[in-house]
Amino acid sequence: MSQAILRIQKISGHAGSVPGEDTQREPTLCKLIDTTTCIGCKACEVACMEWNDLPFGETVFGNTYQTMPETRWNYWNLILFNEYEREDGTLMWLMRKNQCMHCADPGCLKACPSDGAIVQYTNGIVDFQQANCIGCGYCITGCPFNIPKFNQETKRVYKCTLCTDRVSEGLEPACIKSCPTGCLHFGTKEDMRELAATRATQLREHYNFPNAGVYDPPGVGGTGVMYVLHDATQPELYGGLPRDPHIPWSVRLWKGPLKWLGNAAMIGGLIGLVVHYLRFGPKTRDEDLEVPHEGAQP
Amino acid sequence: MTTSAATGHVPQHVPPGHILRYTFRERLVHWLAALSYIYLLLTGLAFWSPWLFWLAVFLGGAPVSRMLHPWIGLIFFAGIVQMFALWASQMGVTPVDREWFGAIGHYIRNEDEDMPPAGRYNAGQKLLFWGFMFFGVLLLLSGVVLWFPEYIPWNLRVLRYIAVLVHASSAMATIGLFLIHVYMGVFAERGAIDSVIHGDVTEEFVRRYHPGWYKELGNSSTSRK
Repeated sequence: MSQAILRIQKISGHAGSVPGEDTQREPTLCKLIDTTTCIGCKACEVACMEWNDLPFGETVFGNTYQTMPETRWNYWNLILFNEYEREDGTLMWLMRKNQCMHCADPGCLKACPSDGAIVQYTNGIVDFQQANCIGCGYCITGCPFNIPKFNQETKRVYKCTLCTDRVSEGLEPACIKSCPTGCLHFGTKEDMRELAATRATQLREHYNFPNAGVYDPPGVGGTGVMYVLHDATQPELYGGLPRDPHIPWSVRLWKGPLKWLGNAAMIGGLIGLVVHYLRFGPKTRDEDLEVPHEGAQP
Repeated sequence: MTTSAATGHVPQHVPPGHILRYTFRERLVHWLAALSYIYLLLTGLAFWSPWLFWLAVFLGGAPVSRMLHPWIGLIFFAGIVQMFALWASQMGVTPVDREWFGAIGHYIRNEDEDMPPAGRYNAGQKLLFWGFMFFGVLLLLSGVVLWFPEYIPWNLRVLRYIAVLVHASSAMATIGLFLIHVYMGVFAERGAIDSVIHGDVTEEFVRRYHPGWYKELGNSSTSRK
């Protein structure tokens, strides 16, 4: 693959046309995470830190494998460990590799006011361009998955890039490369969808997981990271994976109707004042009513 | 020479035939709030629309604008608090104010002689004052949330959702008040902008636009004339 796949199809805070919009038909790329074969080894976490050269941060110890509660500005890939007791009393240990979902309709990008701080390439990768970031944190509000994280030192926001630098050279993301069980897959969205469906069918028919299914939420236009879940009817069990994620209602209202209403009111108000001045002019003064040279102040 | 009714000190020379309308402290507070508001307006509009993002570039770059906007916001709010201390007691709504709004058509058509006699502040000015007080508080509260979004826990994210809406719509409301205020002060009511810079207005200005106050000054033993 060439650099051409990094053409931009969506861009934040941008006035005017978008350079790559509808110019190419790149295949959309996708990660597939099969939570049923994840063993929680954290190799993907290490590979992510190494490849992206992220400085190490302190871990916490709470008598669990969860040595970090959530992703950080310098920790983009985190496995969430969840113990779940089934109705029959048996225990399930659910592990989910959490990272940016690379939404087709990204809430971060919609909320971002800074030109070019967040872009979506024609291959579907949503990427933060820290050089253009102004540190407002609106992306934090826009994200339905709690992914963008703020760095107090640089005043910029960071997250998983889906290893854009590797992918643009035809390599798979670092996490995919490191996975020892093969629970991580990478390819076109179409191929991954097919693979996921096959695996879900297998789980339903041969492994006694009647609710097994694929997580590819339509509320955000589908995601560039899909999950195969043992129980797709309860995604919340997997460390609070939202059942039906959307761009927050307030962000849609703010960037949609409120924006147009506000613009119309401001422009209308300015026009109204100009028209008023032309029609009525300034308020009358005594001297306006008197004959010139006789209206001197006492 | 005169003394201000608002502060009771700070004598200021006023030319003959003029009346002191705004004391030095009132003018200072006004311009503290006005200049900080203009900065907030320009940087805020830059964050509001991609079409106006250049405003932030013009003002030193968008990251600088993002960094300074909340601090200037605090200065603006300090101005709001001072204004409240100075003027709140004079901004009570009177029966004349209700009549004034009933007759607002005459005001718009510059038929000031048909208006009920306004006091030191007419009903429109009182509306401006209370509007800025109300939306100023909303802007401060929502602004604090927007200042530190990363500290709002995920469980309380609804605060961020509310804050973006409240901040933007309150700002829009103040922009409406601001546009009318600037238009009235600079273009419509000649002498108004001078009064908030130099402090004094002509007697005619007071008689024409604030007849209630003129009467009050005439009856008062501590006339400002």
